[in-house]
Amino acid sequence: MEYKPIRKVVSGNYAAAYAVKHARVEVVAAYPITPQTSIIEKIAEFLANGEVENLQYVPVESEHSAMAATIGASATGARAFTATSAQGLALMHEMLHWAAGARLPIVMVDVNRAMAPPWSVWDDQTDSLAQRDTGWMQFYAENNQEVYDGVLMSFKVAEKVNVPAMVIESAFILSHTYDVVEMIPQELVDEFLPPREPLYTLTDFDNPKAIGALATPNDYYEFRYKLAKAHEEAKKVIKEVGKEFGERFGRDYSQMIELYRTDDADFVFMGMGSLMGTVKQAVDILREEGYKVGAAKVRWFRPFPSEELYELAKNVEGIAVLDRNYSFGMEGILFTEAKGVLYNTDAKPLMKNYIVGLGGRDFTVDDVRKIAENMKAIIEKGELDVEVDWYHLKR
Amino acid sequence: MEIPENVKKRLSIPAEEYFYAGHTACQGCGASLGLRYVLKAYGKKTIFAIPACCSTIIAGAWPYSTLEANLFHTAFETTGAVIGGIEAALKAKGYKVKGEDGVMVVGWAGDGGTADIGLQALSGFLERGHDAVYIMYDNEAYMNTGIQRSGSTPYGAWTTNTPGGKKHFLEKRHKKKVIDIVIAHEIPYAATASVAFPEDFMRKLKKAQKTPGPSFIQLFSPCPTGWRSPTDKSIEIARLAVQTAYFPLFEYENGKYKINMPSTKKEPKPIEEFLKYQGRFKYMTKEDIEVLQQWVNHEWEKLKKLAEVFG
Ligand SMILES: Cc1ncc(C[n+]2csc(CCOP(=O)(O)OP(=O)(O)O)c2C)c(N)n1
Ligand code: SF4
Repeated sequence: MEYKPIRKVVSGNYAAAYAVKHARVEVVAAYPITPQTSIIEKIAEFLANGEVENLQYVPVESEHSAMAATIGASATGARAFTATSAQGLALMHEMLHWAAGARLPIVMVDVNRAMAPPWSVWDDQTDSLAQRDTGWMQFYAENNQEVYDGVLMSFKVAEKVNVPAMVIESAFILSHTYDVVEMIPQELVDEFLPPREPLYTLTDFDNPKAIGALATPNDYYEFRYKLAKAHEEAKKVIKEVGKEFGERFGRDYSQMIELYRTDDADFVFMGMGSLMGTVKQAVDILREEGYKVGAAKVRWFRPFPSEELYELAKNVEGIAVLDRNYSFGMEGILFTEAKGVLYNTDAKPLMKNYIVGLGGRDFTVDDVRKIAENMKAIIEKGELDVEVDWYHLKR
Repeated sequence: MEIPENVKKRLSIPAEEYFYAGHTACQGCGASLGLRYVLKAYGKKTIFAIPACCSTIIAGAWPYSTLEANLFHTAFETTGAVIGGIEAALKAKGYKVKGEDGVMVVGWAGDGGTADIGLQALSGFLERGHDAVYIMYDNEAYMNTGIQRSGSTPYGAWTTNTPGGKKHFLEKRHKKKVIDIVIAHEIPYAATASVAFPEDFMRKLKKAQKTPGPSFIQLFSPCPTGWRSPTDKSIEIARLAVQTAYFPLFEYENGKYKINMPSTKKEPKPIEEFLKYQGRFKYMTKEDIEVLQQWVNHEWEKLKKLAEVFG
């Protein structure tokens, strides 16, 4: 069948819901939280209208149970999905470890939202980044299209390596903003993403299994090593699946870091998620103004694309790391990670951390220009003014 | 050992064993007996979810399992949610769930994992109407972490965080009536059971299997380690719990209550009978015993009334 995309104008959340439908997810556990709610509402609507066959929708009583029910479903062999934001994700924390440790290829959408207090419903990456060490893969979407594509690809990757994956979109900027999304006809999605073939299930009644039993110090270590290896393997699979996606549907995701006009750049802006759309636009404008700049969008934060970062860092004089998140007592989280990767290499560009957009603070092309001016100055001087810049602070 | 056919026929409980010897429960553990009966009732076509509790250990460390059935070890507070997810997946995959020939999904959790931390997930499970059975084995404390009180610990009991001492600091709250909370969800089938009455327990397991929707069984499971009782007295203690009406056996079925034991005509034995073999009650004063007796009387009268009016 020839690929003719179906264009729909949808919100980021609806893009996620359509991807869940097209992935033929079998169990969805659902609990509402702004700004995620419309994902699970839309899925319920599909069900009510008979647009999805064979979906079990479990309206649980909390996010903790949403993840627990999804885990039960996935362990039974079903393709399972849930979605949440901020406080909900934090409540799931224990179960995120459980999903990864039990090697269950669950896919979840997290709509990035700032953590309370003070209450905020707006964009901030601290919620998802606080789950960094749970063993989940993390894909950050720049736009609604990437939310849709990300969910489909994540199921494929997750099911190949038996590691759960989080697809992350930003509050309101994507979740509630409508944009054109090219969707893939069902038959072609089915070809790309055939039914799940689980590694093990709870339904083999002749060869019963106990999953997740106590492991002594003699065994636990090896379980962890295998999960570590699976993340390594995932890097390869992500690139293959991203390439296949590109060949089939015209949007290539073979790079874990998407490079934008970085070839001859003196310095680049690096960040994740929707703010990189703004950055790319700013790069075009800045290039016309004579700045040799580029953008490096980290798509996959886990597994971390260390090799790709090294290749980039070798060839630039500076990297402005834009963090819409903060690790208290330290610095922006992507900044720490990026510096850590490069420490033992010969690539040592000047790296500066800009804390931007926390709690939904607007981040504009003009902001990128100011950062560019600052970066240019420090590169000329050859040293940093400050390492971590709380960029928007009302001084 | 092969059991001869003629003997097999006379047994009121299936001879088949799906719970292996070599498990790691303490001697005289009620929970291990309970698991054995559940497996006898439901056989191999069962999927267990067991949260953090003594049964995590009883069921065996990796790579072993003492259960000849599929088992998902899960987090302490998640039993209700996990069995809901398992049931949903089975349905999506086209399995028959519950009933004579269906897959049995069984949540097997302690009193702590049920009455306390897991109450929310239990409530969600009951209210959503999943086709699964939730069994709370009630050993009246957190045994796995070393005998701390739970919401199900009775008045006057010693535990490591309600110790007896100079200031007489013991558990001062009455046992949480989890079964009443369950029944408030108006599920089709809920029952109490005891390892001292295995035929009654098996019958209830079978009823839970036949009844569509969520079922709940609260199984009284003595714990010699935590109760400071002789290991050979577990069954006797469990029987006395019923005979003193401390833990009466009853069923709730579609709005109707039925007391199974003992006879409602006979006066229950005094509560001292239940307390006598258990070191955990040794700090109780006469007044304490009277307080507990009053509670038992009150609850027993309440149950009798319920059975009378809604029987
Ligand atoms: C979230 C969480 N908190 C605490 C624990 C520690 N923990 C493990 S088992 C247990 C007590 C279990 O008690 P109960 O459910 O009554 O079962 P029992 O051990 O008595 O069989 C506790 C507190 C845990 N595993 N998870
Ligand atoms: S501590 Fe009690 S409940 Fe736990 S295994 Fe021993 S006897 Fe059984």
